[in-house]
Amino acid sequence: MILRLLKNGIDRKSWIFLSVLFAVTFGVSILNLAPTPGSTLHLSSFVVTVLGKYLTYALLALSVDLVWGYCGVLSLGHAAFFTLGGYAMGMHLMREIGPRGVYGHPILPDFMVFLNWQELPWFWLGFDMFWFAALMVILVPGVLAFVFGWFAFRSRVTGVYLSIITQALTFALMLAFFRNDMGFGGNNGLTDFKDILGFNLQSDGTRVGLLIASAVALAIGFLIARAVVTSKFGKVLIAIRDAESRTRFLGYRAENYKLLVWTLSASMAGVAGALYVPQVGIINPSEFSPANSIEVVIYVALGGRGTLVGAALGGVLVNFAKTIFTGAFPEYWLFFLGGLFVVSTLFMPKGIIGVWGHIANKWRADRARNASSTLQANTLKKGD
Amino acid sequence: MRFIQNNLFGFLLLWGFLFFGLQATSPTLAAEDNLTTHIGTMAAANFTALSKQIEALAATGDPRVVPILEALAKGRLFFRKSDKKVVFATKVKRRYKLSDPLSGDTLGEVKKSKVKKIRVNNKLRRQIRTVLGGLTLLSPDPKVRLKAAEAIFKSGDATALPALEAAIVKELDTAIRTVLRQARAVAVLKADRPDEDKKAALTILEARGDRDALSVVAAVARTSTGDLKAIADRTVTTIQETLELWNIVQNIWYGLSLGSVLLLAAIGLAITFGVMGVINMAHGEMVMIGAYTTFVVQDIIRTSAPELFDYSLAIALPLAFLVAGGVGVAIERGVIRFLYGRPLETLLATWGVSLVLQQTVRTIFGPTNREVGAPNFMSGAFEIGHLTITYNRLWIIVFSLMVMVALMMLLKYTALGLQMRAVTQNRKMAGAMGIRTNWIDAATFGLGSGLAGIAGVALSQIDNVSPNLGQSYIIDSFMVVVFGGVGNLWGTLVGALTLGIANKFLEPFAGAVLAKVFVLIFIILFIQKRPRGLFALKGRAIES
Repeated sequence: MILRLLKNGIDRKSWIFLSVLFAVTFGVSILNLAPTPGSTLHLSSFVVTVLGKYLTYALLALSVDLVWGYCGVLSLGHAAFFTLGGYAMGMHLMREIGPRGVYGHPILPDFMVFLNWQELPWFWLGFDMFWFAALMVILVPGVLAFVFGWFAFRSRVTGVYLSIITQALTFALMLAFFRNDMGFGGNNGLTDFKDILGFNLQSDGTRVGLLIASAVALAIGFLIARAVVTSKFGKVLIAIRDAESRTRFLGYRAENYKLLVWTLSASMAGVAGALYVPQVGIINPSEFSPANSIEVVIYVALGGRGTLVGAALGGVLVNFAKTIFTGAFPEYWLFFLGGLFVVSTLFMPKGIIGVWGHIANKWRADRARNASSTLQANTLKKGD
Repeated sequence: MRFIQNNLFGFLLLWGFLFFGLQATSPTLAAEDNLTTHIGTMAAANFTALSKQIEALAATGDPRVVPILEALAKGRLFFRKSDKKVVFATKVKRRYKLSDPLSGDTLGEVKKSKVKKIRVNNKLRRQIRTVLGGLTLLSPDPKVRLKAAEAIFKSGDATALPALEAAIVKELDTAIRTVLRQARAVAVLKADRPDEDKKAALTILEARGDRDALSVVAAVARTSTGDLKAIADRTVTTIQETLELWNIVQNIWYGLSLGSVLLLAAIGLAITFGVMGVINMAHGEMVMIGAYTTFVVQDIIRTSAPELFDYSLAIALPLAFLVAGGVGVAIERGVIRFLYGRPLETLLATWGVSLVLQQTVRTIFGPTNREVGAPNFMSGAFEIGHLTITYNRLWIIVFSLMVMVALMMLLKYTALGLQMRAVTQNRKMAGAMGIRTNWIDAATFGLGSGLAGIAGVALSQIDNVSPNLGQSYIIDSFMVVVFGGVGNLWGTLVGALTLGIANKFLEPFAGAVLAKVFVLIFIILFIQKRPRGLFALKGRAIES
């Protein structure tokens, strides 16, 4: 399978994407670590962290593209899976603080001591082990997506209805996580993380490590998604996207295909969330907000729906714009984002990749025409 | 002994009242002297003597006694050391400003050492409270009387019994007399009265049947024995049953109130999403625009024509409809018409529009909440049984139903409505019949947006008017429309009221937030069962 993937899955576009991804990642890492701070070549750790954050968003966008671009399921609730993955990682990081919290309790995180809890709730057990947390990062969003999808796809909830109930799902989770009684830190969420796997989260080395981990996760996610969509399974997905009833009449169990890719996508989003949390240092219920989920969709729409590379690109670009705008003119950010939604749906239905493809095609066609016309001219001259 | 004292006190009070009633306009010199003497002897009296003076003061029935006793209870009654004159004193920067307790004349400022406070203990304070209750029971102002009666009912002091009985005889207002009787019933139950009286008192309290009555009766049931206990126990059960019933009624009322809000927020969406099939994520922002229109209208009225304030909502309604409807038409012409048949893209584009609208409002009006006032007819409340109904909630329910009915009439009986239905049912055929489908699209979308604007006017009365107003309603509105069934106004009505009531019935068990979570989960599950909502359209229309 891996061989086939390497043979079919990775086309020229993918090679460019992966090379650029790793070139930028390693470039930034080296420029952060090697030169002494203060020299002109040195890149601050802020850049490293921000880039790492962009890459996790790119992975999230990739997961949305997998279901929306290739299966026609517009999820307005992927932030839920992202945040759940984030919480799973956040819980591990909380446990790793150990007795170094403000209240110095050996086991209980600070907010539980504050709320007068006597012992760890059952769902916090096991999160002191990294492997367990890592497993939960994939399992929790995956299982939730599986259960949700099982019901939704089986009863053929499609299109806009599905979008709205995914939005309701993440809204419900947000409301629930805002409660202190849930045992996830309520409003404030989880924060004050100290280290991960024994490495200090504030140190440059750890930040670079997390950036590289994000890049690797994005690359693996990309390869998996690529493998899925280029396989026979992926062809069926596209068929479902374009004509669900017809695919079903041909004998394919559309709901099973959808369910599988939906669950896979949710797990990918969970991994993205897990990598996001140690880099930004906090996870709280506002990450569940439906607006976040919709924002992810615009990453995909802007980059190019159904192209994978475009989704990742859109994730990085939109967040880069967000960093610039919210820093320089915060009041215009929503105008820009809103405009982006309108412009990309009205004028760029295939996103940046589509526009690029269009330009490239035109250029190629022009060149071909030029070539043929010069050829004609030459032959004419010869015949003359 | 105490019983006789009480009666005597009551007699004195009654006598005092009659005397005062006859002589109120021209108090005789004798009464004046009497008051002055009683007040005069309060200086340097010990607690026992003071208690007698309080009783005597109360017996005069003079309303001027009330502030004096109040001051005494609060420790603001002093006497001058030099001539033992009793005075009111207010502290002003380490000195005391004195005034005469009867006439209110100012008597200058003195140093702290020149006056001495008349001390009271808790027993005296209790006595003063009761006496005051008795005095205010006879106040000429019915509001004061009612308040006094309620106060005695709550404190349930047996010593107030004679005063109550006197007041009941005099009281002409039936409502106040009922409360007085109930207060007397509480006092009787606490006093040393024969069981027959107490049984009668229990009946009165049973008729009142609220939580306060319940606690009194429950106390009787705990302490009494025999026959009386049996009756008290039975009364407790009856009151509890009534209360439970009222609790349900109250939940239904709150549910209807919430449901009407949901209905208002969703009714415009029922047109744009339900009838046209356009996913308008900027719907909430139309509601917000309506609310801000109300704010602007009120602002203009406040500065230029304050006398019109009571009509501000009536003025805001058509304006909100026009403004929100106009924005809606602009959105339809500018964005949505290019995206018909691509619902997911419509969703994204209108979400973008909603962000832009939000930020526009934030830039113009600022990010903080704006205050929208309530006109007179919408403030206040009244009571039915044990249910308090506020006028603004009542008006919103009435208003939402009116909007609903008006919309149905419009769709059913007007040319525009007919054309709208024609276009949504079969666009090409409608076009062939000469209907300008483009115009109808814009008009329908404008109508839906205008309705959202009207909803904004109503919601400005119960919610914060901020740029985020719309966002808090958008998910709920979609839930209502999806739950009720797309393309069916009755479904929207039933959906809104069901969700509202369900939410309020869940709240006592789960808390407000969790109730909402449960409702959302319920809808998610419900859509699995009936993907097209409660009242689904049947036939070919759904396949398009």
